[in-house]
Amino acid sequence: MKRVVKIVINQTLKTKNKSNVKKTPMTKSNWVEKIPSNLWVLISLVVAIFIWTILSIIPNTSRSFPNIFYVSESVVTMMQRGVFWSDIASSLISVLVGFLIGFVISLPVAVLMAWYRPIRFIIEPWIQFVRNIPPLAYVPLVVISAGVGRTPQIIVITIATFLTMSITIYQGVRNIDPTLIKAARVLGAKDKDIFLKVIAPASLPFIMTAIRLGTAIGLTSLIAAESTGASAGLGMRIRALNNTFEASPMLLYIIVIGVIGLIFERLVKLLERRLTGWQEKRE
Amino acid sequence: MAGEERVVKLKIDNVRKVYNSQNGEVIALNGVSLDIYENEFITVVGPSGCGKSTLLNIIAGLEKTTSGKVFCDDQEIMDTGTERGVVFQQYALFPWLTVLGNVKFGLSLQGMKKEKADEIAMKYIRMVDLEDFVNSYPKELSGGMKQRVAIARAYAANPSVLLMDEPFGALDAQTRTQLQEELLHTWEKEQKTCFFITHDVDEAIILGQRVIIMSARPGRIKEVVDINIPYPRSQETKITPEFLEAKNYIWSQVYKEYLEVRK
Repeated sequence: MKRVVKIVINQTLKTKNKSNVKKTPMTKSNWVEKIPSNLWVLISLVVAIFIWTILSIIPNTSRSFPNIFYVSESVVTMMQRGVFWSDIASSLISVLVGFLIGFVISLPVAVLMAWYRPIRFIIEPWIQFVRNIPPLAYVPLVVISAGVGRTPQIIVITIATFLTMSITIYQGVRNIDPTLIKAARVLGAKDKDIFLKVIAPASLPFIMTAIRLGTAIGLTSLIAAESTGASAGLGMRIRALNNTFEASPMLLYIIVIGVIGLIFERLVKLLERRLTGWQEKRE
Repeated sequence: MAGEERVVKLKIDNVRKVYNSQNGEVIALNGVSLDIYENEFITVVGPSGCGKSTLLNIIAGLEKTTSGKVFCDDQEIMDTGTERGVVFQQYALFPWLTVLGNVKFGLSLQGMKKEKADEIAMKYIRMVDLEDFVNSYPKELSGGMKQRVAIARAYAANPSVLLMDEPFGALDAQTRTQLQEELLHTWEKEQKTCFFITHDVDEAIILGQRVIIMSARPGRIKEVVDINIPYPRSQETKITPEFLEAKNYIWSQVYKEYLEVRK
């Protein structure tokens, strides 16, 4: 009897393989996979520079898009003015400090919202409400109380990152599979164990998502944050250059913000891979 | 079994469970009473909505009765307890822990030393034949392997009662029969009181000493069928006249319930 069963299995396996072989060439062209992903990045970069160059030639757009050589040159210009590195440093400090404070506040708030329904019912609508308001709108109000300088910048970024991160983490904690909590309970877990050994690790993927969103939001609210009378910073400099119509360094600074965003994302991904590699689905 | 003195392990005494929903009260269980003996293998079948999972959750201590009581070793069940282990249909493995971490989860909670916990966990990982996957994460395992880990995890905590809620329901037929045999072997080696819910009549008969047929709306025990087929049982048991007779009978009873529910 057993032998018969085995033969049947072998046959089904074979037919499965056959159908796979037939399907593959039809669904994907091979040359796409033959090019390594690094080369694709390079190709994408070349295409972007090509389009940029076209934009720099077309009369209608050439004033907004000086060509790549002018923009590269402006690195030197900004360094000679002694602001390039200090602008980057200033913006990084604001974003990182604001993000960190936002993160530290959002963690307990998210957990409290997930845990206690009254807290959720009172707080959540307001977080959702304020979240949809662009930070630029409430910057003047912050300045009235906090004055100018570093403090209002950090406050604005803290608010923006807190709103997004608290909602993200809270939704994650609420979506934890209740059977995991049951499984822990029947194995003898008390409330404290359930929090530390189930809720905390199960929330980690959502916390990582929150960090990724938080750093991105921090960066996108930078311009708003630095419109508070900052003395340095990428956002502040772009506004200043706007007054003198210096398109090349402006474009340079915009690209620098983009690059910083990219670096943030890569760092968070690296962290994600280390901490939450156990996750079922990836990317 | 006759002649031996049988100790009542679980006593279910006139249990009633009512849920309040928006459409009014839903009676999940009504007047359910049953004595389950020590080391007995009980299987439960019935249409969906007959309250079998609710009953299991009540025995596990995960839900409370509306009225009536459940006792384990003459102690009223008020909460979960490590003497009652549960295996869930959805495996419920902790995805951030390896196979070893999952199996020893309960042992670590009990404050056992790491070496000792590892040793016990390894014993049960070997029992379910997964020693090659000790350091794998659940995402790397197939459904059958995951459920084996869940069974090892339940066993490692050394409960005297094992509650299983359609543990093989999500598995393919082949894996299911394999795990049934493994579970029988394990139960014969290391006897525990088993309360096993299934929707598969074959599975109920091959595993159980008594099959409880439940009926729906409200959920109650319709009939208790003794299965007098000696252990060890195997897949070949499924073609014996005793098995087929029991299957025929239980099927017709369950089918009646199914028609009843559809009305």
